[in-house]
Amino acid sequence: MAYIANTPEDVRVMLDAIGLDSLDELFDMVPAEYRLKRPLCIPPALTELELTREVGALLGRNQGADRRVCFLGAGSYDHFIPAVVDNLSSRGEFYTAYTPYQPEASQGTLQATFEYQTLITQLTGMDVSNASLYDGGSAVTEAVMMALATNRRTGPVVVAGSVHPEYRRILQTYLEHLDPQVVTVPAVGGGVDPRAFAAAITPETAAVVIQYPNFFGRLEDVEALVEAAHAHGATAIVSVDPISLGLLRRPDAYGADVVVAEGQGLGNPMTFGGPYLGILACKQEYLRKLPGRIVGQTTDRNGKRCWVLTLQTREQHIRREKATSNICTNQGLLALRSSIYLAAMGPRGLRDAAELSTRKAHYAAEALAKVDGLSLAFPGPFFKEFVVRCSKDPEAVLRKVGEAGYHGGVRLGRWYPDLADHILVAVTEKRTKDEIDGLAEAYRNALSSL
Amino acid sequence: MYKLDLQPLLFESSRPGRFTAVLPTSDVPAASLDDLIPPAHLQKSAPPLPELSELDVVRHYTNLSALNMSIDGNFYPLGSCTMKYNPKRNERLAGLPGLGAQHPYQDDSTLQGLLAILYGLQDDLAEVAGLDAVSLQPAAGAQGELAALFVAAAYFRDQEPGRKRTQVLIPDSAHGTNPASAHLAGFETVTVKSDGRGLVDLEDFKSKLSDDVAVFMITNPNTVGLFDPQIGEIAKLLHERGALLYLDGANMNAILGVVRPGDMGVDLMHYNPHKTFSGPHGGGGPGAGPIAVRSKLAPYLPAPIVGRKDDGTYFLDEDRPKSIGRVRAFFGNTGVLFRAYCYIRSQGPDGLKRVAQHAVLNANYLLGLVRDVYPVPCGTRCMHEFVASCRSLAKDRGIRAMDVGKRLIDYNFHAPTVYFPLIVSEALMIEPTETESRDTLEAFAAALKAIALEDPESLHDAPVSTPVSRLDEVKAAKTPVLRWTP
Repeated sequence: MAYIANTPEDVRVMLDAIGLDSLDELFDMVPAEYRLKRPLCIPPALTELELTREVGALLGRNQGADRRVCFLGAGSYDHFIPAVVDNLSSRGEFYTAYTPYQPEASQGTLQATFEYQTLITQLTGMDVSNASLYDGGSAVTEAVMMALATNRRTGPVVVAGSVHPEYRRILQTYLEHLDPQVVTVPAVGGGVDPRAFAAAITPETAAVVIQYPNFFGRLEDVEALVEAAHAHGATAIVSVDPISLGLLRRPDAYGADVVVAEGQGLGNPMTFGGPYLGILACKQEYLRKLPGRIVGQTTDRNGKRCWVLTLQTREQHIRREKATSNICTNQGLLALRSSIYLAAMGPRGLRDAAELSTRKAHYAAEALAKVDGLSLAFPGPFFKEFVVRCSKDPEAVLRKVGEAGYHGGVRLGRWYPDLADHILVAVTEKRTKDEIDGLAEAYRNALSSL
Repeated sequence: MYKLDLQPLLFESSRPGRFTAVLPTSDVPAASLDDLIPPAHLQKSAPPLPELSELDVVRHYTNLSALNMSIDGNFYPLGSCTMKYNPKRNERLAGLPGLGAQHPYQDDSTLQGLLAILYGLQDDLAEVAGLDAVSLQPAAGAQGELAALFVAAAYFRDQEPGRKRTQVLIPDSAHGTNPASAHLAGFETVTVKSDGRGLVDLEDFKSKLSDDVAVFMITNPNTVGLFDPQIGEIAKLLHERGALLYLDGANMNAILGVVRPGDMGVDLMHYNPHKTFSGPHGGGGPGAGPIAVRSKLAPYLPAPIVGRKDDGTYFLDEDRPKSIGRVRAFFGNTGVLFRAYCYIRSQGPDGLKRVAQHAVLNANYLLGLVRDVYPVPCGTRCMHEFVASCRSLAKDRGIRAMDVGKRLIDYNFHAPTVYFPLIVSEALMIEPTETESRDTLEAFAAALKAIALEDPESLHDAPVSTPVSRLDEVKAAKTPVLRWTP
């Protein structure tokens, strides 16, 4: 009987006060025919000691980035997290609070969120940011819906095939039930052809979606793709890697109207894909259709500066079926972690994380390209991820590389049948030269033994 | 005497040249950055982030946290949110690298422990729901609702090709997410009235039930804290028309192990593990929104699902041709789901039933303590929460629900949910949860009663003990300032 304070004596007194004889009578509103006549068929209760032992043992069977050197990316990255992030975000005053409905009793969460919004606008060059969404994939979809609501166009939404395939899949799932179609411009040679992209956009297109660096890690001609969107008055939504913003041009510099991102890399552990942080920032003109929570500055009765949830008329609890989004929360704790991360990294630290990732990724690309049976798949500039072509069955090769102690990369065949023999490799600032050399050696041994 | 006060913003505390994190120098052969990436792609200068020392950062956030009420510090009876205690043992386990250091695209063979946990959770959630299949994908309750409606739409497309059911019926007492989700799933929403008891008005329901109806979204127990005994009949009427019954699982805490939605005719539902299964609310997220469905709907569930092979190994099943697809990248909000698993394992079958019993016991006891001053329009009994009304207090003494909520803060209690549900005027929606003690409930009731006797004029100024007084919310919306600027 975990976490219950009432003693048998309390129960007796309370039942007496209510005028009942037993706990069962509390449920007399529930017709007898529906009541469960047996105990739930779930495993028996464990004490804290047993739970810690049993669940600890199960977790101990996993072979994650703590057991094998991690070169996996594709939207989830093994970046360094300073100790202050875990320490401060695990304060109960933060993580056991809820949405700040009572602003006078929630200024901590509100100010931290206002700071998060500011940090995101500083990073992206956008005018406004919401308080965050579920993840990078939902951020893409919500951004498209926001553009549809703002532009009131029902033509095809044009998406680059070099956008994360799972993000594209979410967008499909959502738009299937609404008017506009999704048109995907295929990725050829690790990116989209700007002419083909431009040709897919119509005067009725509300939005286009681009990823920069793209899913393959490459830096496409983002400017040309954004211009193609603007030529038809469509909204240019660009999905970015927030760590790259320490090094690459700010999205406002190449004309992005809306910036979305998966914020996991900003101080959040990989945790098998979630919970993550959907970043959504945009130009002023989209504000009235911006989904999710937003914190704004105001004053109290004494004129003191303070913060409050604002513009709630956009939201579902007011607009109900007329809302553009049904999202009614944010990812508060992850937004907080990201703010602490950015405060700790500062301009220098973020730039170093980006620059080190770039340098090490390029060193790794060079080292792997020297392995017999591996070659770099796509030419051109990349940030921290690259694709190698593998002359033997990549599944077998990666298994061998795994046995040698490395998560060697992500097979692309699951999303791109034409890239069945391709592997996506990611390198962060955490990887050392020795680990990269070791990876190349593991690939070499795997390929020569198969 | 140390008094809490607001903090300067991070940006105002920034001083050029201060820093916290320092990364190692590069250990790979140095090349000029311009040789790696063409200058056209590069930023000329570092991003304009604040510059702070490590102690600056620690003090800033420590002092900010002190401005929050939280479950760890305060009774937080926010109706519909189930603000129960967040067990520390789950936090310690969630902090292990066996969870945090797992990448979503690792090979299944390296994830057997975690997949066993998630598979076990799927099983447990199906059993508690009395339904057949579960997807853990949705990232929040609202996304669970939406995914379930996508599932319903896909099912009807398969079952009834060539015709379209266009409507979703929703009670007027429902959470606002219900109509928003229905609209996004391409349905038109039709509101069903509540009767004088706060239950579904069965006659109104029958009059609105037609062959155009795809789904009825019910919350049971509902938002006024009542169990609607008509649910079986509602399910029967829907099923006769080929329609589906959906349950908003926000209030599952009241019925764990006592009654299962599937046994009452529910076809599909979502859970809020951050409510029912003790996941911390995180200042507003993350949550999760797993959905449970009958077997006929299982093929349409969002992928991936954890499967188990004959040899006992687990795998991620992505190969589901009828699936509605994905609603989220990767697997789902694993960290939240993991805590739910730990919670269910800590409770066991008897413990979960006891949770429901004590949640309902606490709510009824509290209702009895306050009812003479704060009338409860929808009955003298309740399930896990109840809605009291300040209507007569407002009429007789000018004390409104908002005043009461704000003043409670001065008594060190977080306010209940105010002005919801919409069907009760001057509503205070109070949910104590099972983890509060009788002493706390009595102290809270005493505070509520004391407030009812206070000078109404001074109540309009509450709270008075917080670092800020009541805020100008109109100003915030009229002239939005949504970021700091130098």
